[in-house]
Amino acid sequence: MASVLTVVVGAYALTRGDYTLSIAEVLRTLSGQGTLITYDVVVNNRLPRVLTGIGVGAAFAMSGAIFQRLARNPLVSPDLIGINAGAALAAVLIITVIGSGWIPLGALAGSLLSAVSVYLLAYRNGVSGNRLVLVGVGVTAIVGSLTAYLLTLADIYTAKSASMWLAGSLAGRSWTHVVLIGVTLAVGIPAAVVVERQLRLLELGDDLARALGGRVESARGVLIALGVGLAALATATAGPIGFVALVAPQLARRLVPRPGLVVPGAIGALLVVVSDLLARTVVAPTVLPVGVVTAFLGAPYLLYLLTRARPI
Amino acid sequence: MKRAAGLVAVLAVVVVLSLCVGDRWIGPGEVYRALTDFTGSDSDRVVRYLRLPRTVAGLLVGAALGLSGAVMQGVTRNPLADPGILGVSAGAAVAVVAAIGLFGIHSLSGYVWFAMGGALVATVAVYLVGAVGGTTPVKLALAGAAISALLGSVTSAATLLDLSTLNEYRFWVVGSLSLADHGIVAQAVPFVAFGIVLALVLGRSLNQLALGDDLAQALGTRVLLIRVLAGLAVVVLAGTATAIAGPIGFLGLAVPQVARLVVGPDQRRILPWSMLLAPVVLLLADIVGRVVARPAELQVGIVTALIGAPLFIALVRRRRTAAL
Repeated sequence: MASVLTVVVGAYALTRGDYTLSIAEVLRTLSGQGTLITYDVVVNNRLPRVLTGIGVGAAFAMSGAIFQRLARNPLVSPDLIGINAGAALAAVLIITVIGSGWIPLGALAGSLLSAVSVYLLAYRNGVSGNRLVLVGVGVTAIVGSLTAYLLTLADIYTAKSASMWLAGSLAGRSWTHVVLIGVTLAVGIPAAVVVERQLRLLELGDDLARALGGRVESARGVLIALGVGLAALATATAGPIGFVALVAPQLARRLVPRPGLVVPGAIGALLVVVSDLLARTVVAPTVLPVGVVTAFLGAPYLLYLLTRARPI
Repeated sequence: MKRAAGLVAVLAVVVVLSLCVGDRWIGPGEVYRALTDFTGSDSDRVVRYLRLPRTVAGLLVGAALGLSGAVMQGVTRNPLADPGILGVSAGAAVAVVAAIGLFGIHSLSGYVWFAMGGALVATVAVYLVGAVGGTTPVKLALAGAAISALLGSVTSAATLLDLSTLNEYRFWVVGSLSLADHGIVAQAVPFVAFGIVLALVLGRSLNQLALGDDLAQALGTRVLLIRVLAGLAVVVLAGTATAIAGPIGFLGLAVPQVARLVVGPDQRRILPWSMLLAPVVLLLADIVGRVVARPAELQVGIVTALIGAPLFIALVRRRRTAAL
């Protein structure tokens, strides 16, 4: 259902922009019968953007689902444990000091570095969900203040492009980005299907999982690595798009009894594609970064979740 | 008593240092002459028009942040509460951005009301969200994070749509004392004074709240009234501090913790200690920021985050998770 909606919204997104096309024109172009202009608009410009949005939405959402179930806490998401902040610092460092090349690679390194720091700092006879979140808040503050400092050193146009990246943006995404996130999912989705069984075992509690023959510590390590990898690569591709990882798994749980990891992914993809369409069209011709819209749609939902009388 | 006298002495030393240290060292004797017998020489002007207002601003902002953190931790019975974490600063920040961007207001007297309004709305929202179904520290922290993200998204949109707002905002958001002048300081004094009096008066009631709502009520404490007054104190103090110096994180969190370690759980001692200790830390961070990156300056908000966040992490590691 979510996938069908994603395809529909995605197709609609291909028609909208500075140069509005009909759906028939888009289809003709995709089958190789368009003009040079429509080919450029659809195939070089809008299609990679939409596909990148679908990919990063799915990756963020799957990562969020893994962390929430691992911590047995509906509010844990990769943004809270330093992945975004680390990527942001690395990317802003590259944009302000070096120029714009190598952003995805640098962001990937930054997010992995800060995620590992948070994990190690939170580790004390194992890692509890709450401690992971609170240590993440602390590390995020340190890294975030360095990022803010870098922004004050840059000239205003550099600061603006860095700010765009910081908000999470799909602007100017090319087929390179599609390939990056596509490979991520090509590895990530089968891996998620395989480790989902481990996740269900861990949800029974460490003692029961061990009694049933699960290797608890290694299973947890693999799951954290997969969650960090998905979120880090998605951040490297599109910047730190907020709240998708947090919201999509919760929506999935309310729509499907046992959602696994792929259903949240489909919902995340839909959320990002819808948000990006809104980001491009609501205040056109200005294009907002997609992250501004996802936070705007997602934060009220988090607040609603928090008011549910459920111990967390 | 001895320790309190020691703290006051340390604060006095830091204040003198703050007047002496900078781009150029100006000796205490020369500082004294500049303040008592102003001749208009370069160093006299530096002391009187730059370092004096900056130092007084540091005292005001530090006292305000330390006290508001202590009051917030007392009233929520939550050792991890802090105006920065609970979204108060984000509320003030987004309101200031609105003041700059939408209304073209650039003076403290104009946007101090915006900062306080924003702080008020964010505080109430975070507290309400945290209160439904029972307040837990993690829930309050996450409600603060969500409200901050929502407000941050508005701020983000506003600054990206208007380049000149972004330009002012990016320097303001790191938190700095360097823009303070006599006018700003004079305008802020009554607000901070009001907040300080209100906060210090609440000490006894906060002690009773620490016993739990039911017991406090049985002892004759008007719990709701205390909460409202405490909220007012937090909003006035944190809102004014943010208006003067921008959002400065972690001071309001770490300082009351240290105060509690030194003087024990009595709020009547934690509150004044926080009020005196926070300006010590803030002014020290400001002095470090002035000399560490010469000839440029490192903004005080960055220095306090770099010092405060590791403290926070150490605190989180020390506490048993159950206590969170």
